[in-house]
Amino acid sequence: MSEADGNLVEATNVTKNFSRGAETIHVLRELSLSVPQGEFLALMGPSGSGKSTLLNLIGALDRPTSGQVVVEGERIDDQSDSRLSRWRARHVGFVFQFYNLMPVLNARKNVELPLLLTNLSGRQRREHAEAALEVVGLTHRAGHFPRQLSGGEQQRVGIARAIVTDPTLLLCDEPTGDLDKKSGDEILSLLQALNREQGKTIVMVTHDPHAAARAGRVLYMDEGRLTEQPPD
Amino acid sequence: MKFLPLIWSNLMRKKVRTFLTLMSILVAFVLFGFLSAITKAFNVGLDIAGEDRIIVRHKVSLIQLLPESYKARMAKLDGVDLVCHATWFGGIYQDPKNFFGQFPVEPEEFFDMYPEFDLPAEQMKKWKETRTGAVVGRATADRFGFKIGQRIPIQATIWSQKDGGRLWEFDLVGIYDAKEGQTADTTMFLFRYDYFDEARGGEEGTVGWYYVRVADPDRAGEVATAIDDMFANSPYETKAEPEGAFVQGFINQMGDIGAIMQAVLTAVFFTILLVAGNTISQSVRERLREIGALKALGFTNVQALALTLGESCLLAAAGGLAGLALSWAAVNGVESSGKLSAYLPIFFIPERDLLIGVGLVAALGLIAGLLPALQARGIGIADALRRE
Repeated sequence: MSEADGNLVEATNVTKNFSRGAETIHVLRELSLSVPQGEFLALMGPSGSGKSTLLNLIGALDRPTSGQVVVEGERIDDQSDSRLSRWRARHVGFVFQFYNLMPVLNARKNVELPLLLTNLSGRQRREHAEAALEVVGLTHRAGHFPRQLSGGEQQRVGIARAIVTDPTLLLCDEPTGDLDKKSGDEILSLLQALNREQGKTIVMVTHDPHAAARAGRVLYMDEGRLTEQPPD
Repeated sequence: MKFLPLIWSNLMRKKVRTFLTLMSILVAFVLFGFLSAITKAFNVGLDIAGEDRIIVRHKVSLIQLLPESYKARMAKLDGVDLVCHATWFGGIYQDPKNFFGQFPVEPEEFFDMYPEFDLPAEQMKKWKETRTGAVVGRATADRFGFKIGQRIPIQATIWSQKDGGRLWEFDLVGIYDAKEGQTADTTMFLFRYDYFDEARGGEEGTVGWYYVRVADPDRAGEVATAIDDMFANSPYETKAEPEGAFVQGFINQMGDIGAIMQAVLTAVFFTILLVAGNTISQSVRERLREIGALKALGFTNVQALALTLGESCLLAAAGGLAGLALSWAAVNGVESSGKLSAYLPIFFIPERDLLIGVGLVAALGLIAGLLPALQARGIGIADALRRE
């Protein structure tokens, strides 16, 4: 199974354990997942079910205890930290629940951050950042700092930062978890638009059924396993 | 360079804390600059001490006098090239705070002994023709606005005249400089020994100390021993030593200036290291989640380390280089004003010390930032993103 089969993400028999003193916590248990290119997938489940851990493994922020993860035909669970960093910069965009914007940089500079890792000139970086801000409808707020923006606007800046390098895969960890309903709806509409109009493959972790309903497919996690039906 | 705005922005997130740390570093380097200049001023005698010159003084102390007749006896010794003498006069010009050294010397021999002094030939000729004539170094001439032809009164504190009077008057006939490219003490006021010896009311035929130039510097120790042996068991036993050792001994009477300065600077820099290190550590601790986010965006562990080290180096460079520049300007200002020239005739920051200062700036930046930078490098992304 690979990109040739139409799957962008292939996680096979993935296990993730954490140690807490002498105790071993089994967060993911022999889990397999395929995400076709262009899909908008929502992962739902209660706190501690392992959905964020799975997202971290797909985004190469962490490594599985066993099993393998292949993204865009490239196995990512056995690479060095520095290779994974470069891989992330090219292939993945992250959207976080709490935005994780740099408070000392304005919106445009925040969006430019991933471009500092490319060979683009200062002017090109600025143009790319402005284009990304236009996609999320925040051109007029480019010079504002995060503290001057609402939660919804900050998340839109976060999305602009995630798409500025034009990655194939967007990984969103509770993107509406810190927003009111109206702002949350706007963010979900934006993600839907990115999926439909720009073909971005999106994996979104959420515990909100309303948010999950906006995805093309919903999977549920329970005690480290994936199911297609909500757990009892 | 493209990361510089990010580094600068991170430093500016707590402006007061950064400013206070910056000022601490700045003050430390201003202190470093001044202490370098002071150390240099104290040690300059060592730099200008001639390898071929021996100082001969009374064995008991420098203030005990020696017979003038020793001059001819030392001149006959094998290996001795030239002998001359000087005596401490210790007078006051107008006010005790107007201190500068005054010495009765033999004009030609003294300037032969110190070829680094430059006195125009016509002024030397005039000095030899004028019994009450005196010459003064450029620093002192500039300090008091002395002009050739001026009559300069000096109130004696040690040497009264035969009639009991303590006011000595000299006719200024010359101003000497340091020869181009050479370092020399240009604060001295020199007048003729023959006039002094005839006019003083006691201790005639004595001098303060001798300068002896040897033909071969490698034999200086041997000649010094020969001089001491020659006057051993006499009422005026001598202590002869190379000029460098003499100057060092003189400096040591005030304590080991170099060691004192080093101790002060070590304490200052250790404190600054803690202050700067604490600032950077605090700054990194406060934004571990941001560092995790940067890594998630594709920044490598090494880049996280470099960004943190960049912050500490930028902070150290801004404070340290500004401090060095400020101390350099201030030392030059003090030197130009001549306010310290009576006590520290040579006052400047040597280039070597400026380079050491730049090295210290770099070391401070790297060492202060090392631990927080390692923390930024080592923290796992998932762990960092979970931080509050």
